[in-house]
Amino acid sequence: MSQEFCFACPRPLDQQETIQLAHGGGGRLMQRLIEGLFVPAFAGGAPRGPLHDSSVVEVREGRLAFTTDTFVVDPIFFPGGDIGKLAVCGTVNDLAMSGAVARWLSAGFILEEGFPIESLCRVVESMQRTAAAAGVQIITGDTKVVDRGKGDGVFINTAGIGLVAPGIEISPDRVRPGDAVLVSGDLGRHGIAIMSVREGLQFEGALDSDCDCLGELVSAICARGAAVHCLRDLTRGGLAAALNEIATAAAVGIEIDESAVPVAPQVAGACEILGLDPLYVPNEGRLVAMVAADAAAAILEIMRAHPAAPQPALVGKVTDTHPGGVELRGGLGGRRILDLLSGEQMPRIC
Amino acid sequence: MKYVDEYRDPERARRLAESIRRLVTRPWSIMEICGGQTHSILRFAIDEMLPKELTLIHGPGCPVCVTPIEILDKALAIAARPEVTFCSFGDMLRVPGSGKDLLTVKSEGGDVRIVYSPMDALRLARENPDREVVFFAVGFETTAPANAMAVAQAARLGLRNFTLLVSHVLVPPAITAIMESPQCRVEGFLAAGHVCTVMGTAEYERLAERFRVPIVVTGFEPLDILHGIQMCVRQLEEGRAEVENPYARSVRAEGNPAARRQVFDVFEVSPRKWRGIGEIPASGLRLRPEYAAFDAETRFGVAHLAADEPAECIAGEILQGLKKPHECPAFGLRCTPEHPLGAPMVSSEGACAAYYRYRRG
Repeated sequence: MSQEFCFACPRPLDQQETIQLAHGGGGRLMQRLIEGLFVPAFAGGAPRGPLHDSSVVEVREGRLAFTTDTFVVDPIFFPGGDIGKLAVCGTVNDLAMSGAVARWLSAGFILEEGFPIESLCRVVESMQRTAAAAGVQIITGDTKVVDRGKGDGVFINTAGIGLVAPGIEISPDRVRPGDAVLVSGDLGRHGIAIMSVREGLQFEGALDSDCDCLGELVSAICARGAAVHCLRDLTRGGLAAALNEIATAAAVGIEIDESAVPVAPQVAGACEILGLDPLYVPNEGRLVAMVAADAAAAILEIMRAHPAAPQPALVGKVTDTHPGGVELRGGLGGRRILDLLSGEQMPRIC
Repeated sequence: MKYVDEYRDPERARRLAESIRRLVTRPWSIMEICGGQTHSILRFAIDEMLPKELTLIHGPGCPVCVTPIEILDKALAIAARPEVTFCSFGDMLRVPGSGKDLLTVKSEGGDVRIVYSPMDALRLARENPDREVVFFAVGFETTAPANAMAVAQAARLGLRNFTLLVSHVLVPPAITAIMESPQCRVEGFLAAGHVCTVMGTAEYERLAERFRVPIVVTGFEPLDILHGIQMCVRQLEEGRAEVENPYARSVRAEGNPAARRQVFDVFEVSPRKWRGIGEIPASGLRLRPEYAAFDAETRFGVAHLAADEPAECIAGEILQGLKKPHECPAFGLRCTPEHPLGAPMVSSEGACAAYYRYRRG
């Protein structure tokens, strides 16, 4: 499928402007939704073969990565993205964090009765555009419709399969004391962008979500081969959650220099006003990398050359003290624990 | 970030800490009143910059922490009613009452909303005339003006579906209670800058004179706090007991008369229970009789509810500065942010939660 692919929303689908229960009922209306919307969008009008219960793909020998994620963002459309873009990027990114190149996705939709078909078209188109840009194909899917009031417009699940090139081993197991800790860009944009829309908060200067596919960036980083030990995309719980998970899984300590962590002024300002810590605010297009210290400078250079890494930075190092814990060195020189939060800083975001 | 970075400058912080070290000749105990200051002190590890002779005692100025358990039980009872939309600041949602918390009530079907201002709740009431909208009016003198304004506007608009569950407390009576306690160890106070922005400093002059205790009006950024400590220590070392205001970029001696007028148009001073401390006379605010129609306690018949604090929680001793959070046998074991025994473990401004988050292990 080409990146220039474009399709016109086939509205009205059978004169309906909103999703009806029958759109998930297995009958004609559902067939029209599949043939009128999903197939033209995802298969470029030409399915890979006759529509069937599952898709079959050819793989040569090697290793596959497989992951799944479900997306329930409110609002569905937000500055810098929408639930469709999020659903593709999220799964592509999860695959990339194992060093896998995403190839095939599934897309499962749970639609609420009454959801505007025009909105569904926009979401589907956004998924297609994002998938094409990331070089991944959406090859199977499913739709269910729930009664009005029993959903929240649209929920999307994507599962993905990616190929892991020989020689790539990316896992918390490989994190070693002395590793450098890098982040690919400034933190907290997604969480604050969502919040600003949801709560009607106005900030000086527009703020877009960082929602983005990191597959190409990871491929570029992985050109450094064995020096790349572990990658993690920073979603719910932000950098703090990712570091805590890695520190626990790898039984190492991590030290972060707070003043080295890039945060956009609008995000920092919003966090100050709302009493939030940007280190815990969700992102949807940022990663943290644990890499061999002697390769850190070169990998930072690779990141700097890549549009998906707008403000890469060396933010800390892996240590052999306090295994399982993350310590933050503050701007004033004091040290404190960077712990997991017991709940969310904000209600449901992604 | 402008107006923030200047007050977090490491070099100036180091110089202030150094000057405090030179001033101190003997041990002193200083209480920061406000939970926001406690949070900053632990977040920026300010206490670690200070000479060992100085002890910072974390005061009762966290509204979430001092809200008594029976007010929470009242909130839970009201929020569970089918006709009610219950609006609260986010921090209150996880504070346990006798049984559950507001998040549990929400998961059981209660219409519980996080709002950022009482005006959001007022808007909900206007937009949903068939719902009973209740705002959980918690806080010190800082949140009182906006809450009073919401009630005054509701009255002007003739809204009959908007009420307040009031749990307002005042700082000066708490300082009096702490100073009158026989176990009191506090020798100087950092007053809460934002409270003084509203109320001014006159009441603190009386307290400083009566208890012979220095009171320094202090802000919330690291340099503000270090500056406050420095001035407090200088007074202690020189044997002075005055009110000083290094936070003049926000606080004027007369406070904000318009905000204060709004507060006392709608509220009157009343006795209040403080979680872990008990009832302190004239230490809170309640709605004036002419605004009784906006009182959620009467509207929903919960005024009679009473409850006891969990026996194991030593919140009272923590909030009076008699013990540090990690000296509690339950700290980090039976009492964690996931399963708090008391409110100081819940709010990010609570001393126990701040210790748990920044200092465990």
